[in-house]
This record gives sequence, C-alpha cells and structure tokens, in this order.
Amino acid sequence: MPTLTYRDALNQALREEMQRDPSVFLMGEEVGVYQGAYKVSRGLLEEFGPMRVVDTPIAELGFAGVGVGAAMAGLRPVIEFMTWNFAVLALDQIVNSAAKILYESGGQVPIPIVFRGPNGAALQLAAQHSQAWESWLAHIPGLKVVAPATPADAKGLLKAAIRDDNPVIVLEGEMLYNTKGDVPEGEHVVPIGKADVKRAGTDVTLICHSKTVVPALKAAEQLQEQGVSAEVVDLRSLRPMDEETLVASVVKTNRCVVAEEGWPHCGIGAQVVDIIQREAFDSLDAPVLRVTQADVPMPYNKQLERAAKPSPEKIVAAARRVCYLD
Amino acid sequence: MATTVFMEALSPTMEEGRLVKWHKREGDAVQVGETLAEVETDKAIMDLQARADGILRQVAVAEGQTVPVGKEIAVIVAPGETVGAGRGTGDEGRVAPSPAATVAAPSPAPRHSPPAAAAADAAPVKASPLARRMAKESGVDLKLLTGSGPGGRVVRRDLETAAARPAATVSASAPVAPVPPPPSPVPVSRTGAPYEDVPLTQIRKTIAKRLATSLGPVPHFFLTTEVDMERAAEARDALNRQLGDRGKVSFNDIILKATALALTKHRACNAWFQEDHIRYWNEVHIGMAVAVEDGLITPVIRNADVKPLLEIGREAGDLADKARSRRLQPHEYTGSTFSVSNLGMFDIDQFTAVINPPEAGIIAVGSIVQKPVVVDATVLPRRRMRITMSCDHRVIDGATGAGFLKTLKEMLENPLAMLL
Repeated sequence: MPTLTYRDALNQALREEMQRDPSVFLMGEEVGVYQGAYKVSRGLLEEFGPMRVVDTPIAELGFAGVGVGAAMAGLRPVIEFMTWNFAVLALDQIVNSAAKILYESGGQVPIPIVFRGPNGAALQLAAQHSQAWESWLAHIPGLKVVAPATPADAKGLLKAAIRDDNPVIVLEGEMLYNTKGDVPEGEHVVPIGKADVKRAGTDVTLICHSKTVVPALKAAEQLQEQGVSAEVVDLRSLRPMDEETLVASVVKTNRCVVAEEGWPHCGIGAQVVDIIQREAFDSLDAPVLRVTQADVPMPYNKQLERAAKPSPEKIVAAARRVCYLD
Repeated sequence: MATTVFMEALSPTMEEGRLVKWHKREGDAVQVGETLAEVETDKAIMDLQARADGILRQVAVAEGQTVPVGKEIAVIVAPGETVGAGRGTGDEGRVAPSPAATVAAPSPAPRHSPPAAAAADAAPVKASPLARRMAKESGVDLKLLTGSGPGGRVVRRDLETAAARPAATVSASAPVAPVPPPPSPVPVSRTGAPYEDVPLTQIRKTIAKRLATSLGPVPHFFLTTEVDMERAAEARDALNRQLGDRGKVSFNDIILKATALALTKHRACNAWFQEDHIRYWNEVHIGMAVAVEDGLITPVIRNADVKPLLEIGREAGDLADKARSRRLQPHEYTGSTFSVSNLGMFDIDQFTAVINPPEAGIIAVGSIVQKPVVVDATVLPRRRMRITMSCDHRVIDGATGAGFLKTLKEMLENPLAMLL
C-alpha cells in the first residue's frame, strides 16, 4: 500500500472523484494557479482546466453561495475554505441555504456539496485563526460533518463526502497535512457515520477525532508503560455519530475520556458524554472526563498556546483519574 | 424479563417471615413450582416456590433473617439476562396470598410491606453505576464494602477485591453473623443473670396477637357441666376390641365427633361473628388445639360431623404430628367453625379456653376421673369428665349455649344418641 501524506491523500481523492464524475468541480481561494494554500489541489487545474478548478475572490459568502446555486442546478461542488476561521463569513450559505434547501423544498432539491478546509489551531496563529468549529457545524440538522485524522481516512471520507447527496463538511487540519500513512489505492471510500478503533485496549476508552487522535495515541502508549491499557476510538464522523462503537468500547472498558480541540462548553465531547451516560450508564465505573482546549481565546504566546491545547499529558492525567490511579 | 421473588404471605395472618433455609443458591437454575426456600411463617415452616423459570440472582436475605411480607428477597432472571434490565414494575412476582386465605376470611388480610419498611435498605451508598450493577449481580451488599474512590465511592476494583475475599464477609446471601440458634422454648439461665430476654418467635407473636384480640374484645362467658363417661368408655372399649389392630378410638375422637354432631343440631353455636353480620355455618369444621414446642396451633378436621370415628382419629393423629413438626399447610389450620381444647392428658379437672376468633365457641375438656356419684340413690364410682364451653355472647346467649352443651353431654353419656 502506498504511503502518502494527508495532503496528497486529499489530492488523490479530489482527482479520482473529478475523473469519475464530470459534475464534480473545485472552487475556492487560490485553488487553481497557486494550487491551494496548502497544496491540496496540486495539478488539478492542469488536469481539469479552469472550468472545473475555479479561483475565487476573497469572498467566502459569495463563492459558498455560488457553490450552493451550482449544487441546486445539478453539479457537485467542492468548496475549499482557506481555513474554517474564514468560513465563518460563509455560515449563512452553509447553515441557511445548504443545510435547509432539501427540507424547504419538500425533498425536491438535494444539495450535494462539500465544504472543506483546515480546522482548529496550528502554531501561533493567534485567537482569530486558531479555532475549532466542529461543534458549531455538527449542531446543524441538514449537515453531515466528518473530521478525518489519517491520510487513509482523509481520502476515504472526502470521496464519501463528494458522493453524498447532502451537504458534507470536511474538517481537515493544517498540522495534519504533512502527516504520512498508508492509503489504499483507487476505490477507497470510508462510510460517513462510522467511528474507528485506532488502538484496542481494555481499561479506558479515549475518544477523539481529527487532530486529537495523535495525542490520544501518544497518551495510550504512555499509559501502556504505566500498566493501563487504553482503547483509542476515532469518531471520524461527528454528525452522524457512531453511538454503537462508542458504547461498545465503554461497555468493555468501563471508563472514558473524551478529547477534542474545541472549547469545553457545548463541545463535541459534551455530545459524546451524553451518549455514554445514556447508553452505557450501568457500565461506568467513573464519571467521563473531557480534555479540551482551555476555555479562553487561543493565546499567541507559544508557551501559553501549548498550555491551552489538549496534550498527551492531559489525556494521560484524565485517564489515570477515571481509573482511580491518582 | 426478570421476576422479583418476594417474601410471600404463606399463611393468612403472616406479616413477616423468617428465612429458614435456601434450597436454591445464587446462580442456580430454577423452575416454576420448585422450592426456593423454607420460610417460617407465624404458623409453620412453608415452602416458598419459584414463580418463574430462570436463574436465581440477587439473593438478598440470609438464612435466619426475618423480613416483612412483600419484601424483595431475590430475582429470577432469564439465562444470560442482565440483572436490573427490564425489571418492569417489579410487581410480576407479587402473588395473591395462599388459597387458604379465602377460607379464613376473617383473618387480617396479608399486607405487603409499606414503602417505609423497604426504605431501610436504601441508605445512600456512593458507588459507581458499574459497581452497583456488579454488586447486584453477585449479591454483594455494597454497604459492607469500603469504597476506595473519591469520597468513599465504591468502584469496580473494590468489588474485585471483595470477590477475592471469603464470600461470607461481603455476601448478603451468606449470613453476616452466625445465625443464632433458635431459642429454647423454656430458657434456662446458666449465667446466673436475674433474667433473660428471649425474642418472640413467629408463632408466639401470633399467639399473643390473636389471643389478645379474643379475650379482650370478645365478651366471653363460660358454661361448665360434668359428663358421665362410663358409657363412652364402654363404647370405646367395645369399638377397640372390634377394631383390633385396625386402629384405636380415643376419648378425644369421641369428643370431637360428638361435638361436631351436637353442632349440627345447634347451628346457633356453629357460627362466626363478622362485625356486621353473623355467619352461621352449615358445615362443621372442628379446630383441635394442639400444643407444639413454644406454642399451640389448631389444625382443623373438616366436616367432622360426617366422618367416621376412625377417620377422625386418624386425621387428628396426622394433624397433630404435622403440627408438632411444624409442617402444617395453611389449609390445614384455617377455617374451623368451632374448636375443642383438651387438657385431660395433663390431669386438668376443668379450665376455660380462649375463643379462637371469629368462632363463637370453644369446648375445654378436662381429664376423666373416677368420682363417687349418686346413681339411683346409691353411691357408685363413675368416670366423670368436666367440659367448659366458652361462648361469644355476641353470638351465643346463655340458654343457647346451655342447649348445645346439653346435647353434647347426652351424646357423650349415651354414645348411641350419636346415631339419632
């Protein structure tokens, strides 16, 4: 199996889907001539031409709306946001148009659109450019939200998102684009709504998604050295959410820690905890703990930024607490 | 669906029961009708039967423990079923009192324990949901564990540690302390203490309660007569000669039979006082007081008026044996319409008996003694017996009782009159 970066896995998915279906096109800031702010669209303009790889002005609301209109007309747009921090400007099109038109048209007008781009903090991009938006987006009925953590999942979920007849949000990660992993060639589609056990364990379940999968796996290794067997469950899909896999894991381990990049209040972890307490109540040996970004705007200062982010150490500490080891 | 096993009302008057012995243990497979446990009621030791097929779980009462009727004492689950899941209302296991209750209508209706009684067990114990589930499934009493979690919360490892220890220290299904031996009926002080407090046994509690509802509220009066038993003795000797080794007729059998027959001629005395009405019985069921260890009980000879003497004798013997071994079933000691208490064998000349409510009368039989009696102006030795009838004046007036007693006396003095 070839080893690819997350970036190239996305590129492969886009290329394959554009080859497969002429109604698929890519649109966004710098996706064409510049080949993408993060080089995800490298080579696509050359291969598919300016009708299918469309550079836009700096006008998120405008090109998101063009995308929704194109989807209404029968195309399958992939809208790239340079980051989700900028996509806030386009939320009206995403929330009020893309997510609602199928409903408001009485099921007559599907919107097969993908909105994608990097989400969450990178390094020292400060408060306005270091935000995790998944709980905003996953809150909305009418949207599907996926957040792949590995190159293979990035390819498989982006392909599934493009083929889906509903608006799908694909949350990527600036810090993930350079990560490498084995990626199946060709037809590799990861179904939306399925979590993935990234590491099996018996003593505590670490639930994570996107960028927190990395610190969760590191935490599991550290815990192993301390005699605690941690199971790492990658949500992959935030809406719909794979309750079955989460519950099965917690029923097995009896303890759970949920990690996410977002803020604690009304976060994705809050939704996970709701599922766990409801469906696995009698299996819980300890309250579920959450590891999140500190409940503050992201500091620019390097040390403070590190202190504010979820980390393997924070996940280990929480796991030890739910195991009553500290 | 799990079926809760309740302490059932195994006698019409039972309000609590002592679990004498579990026949099935935690985890045993049980079938409907199988005996789960022996329970000492206020009257006897009864079998508590399974009301569902499945696996016995959550045995919450130790042998020797006394719990109120209606208290959950275990659960029967389907194989593989998780205890606690799908328990429904918990009423599935609740059952009607024993069938005899319909016969013994006047007895206080069996009561399920009020919520307050159950609440004693609900003292808060901090435990994780998992620990609670594990404790339930393994029958461990969480209260006996020390929680190692924050604030003393009992968590999984505490259950696991407990499981590694001898079961008796943590298991609710095993006695926490050794079950004290049943108190001897007549406590003998060996310690030199001025007194000893002996807890009331179930049967003594019932006797206390039942008799206090008799002599207090029931207006008793007493009629005594002396019966010449010469002819009865002759008849008994003749019958026994005839029977040979086929059986024996006792004076008591003759008295029971005569009482039953006399009642058929005096229905006014074969009655129950029922607060707003009097129930005059057309059938005659004679209660026969039997002394048992630490108490007494009155098994019933049903339809004694139509049963042959020999059968009455055999039944009386069987019932007395069962009573003494405390194996009487409720239908064997409920529903009598009139009672006979005989202390003749204890050399008691005469006594008064306490009415067994709601019956309206009881005959107290003294011993048969030889006395000089004037017969046709001659003093002769005769076997004589004194009987005293206690009457509930709300049902039986003096003359009514006297009329019955006269008939009984005639039958005993001339057993051939029973044929009339």
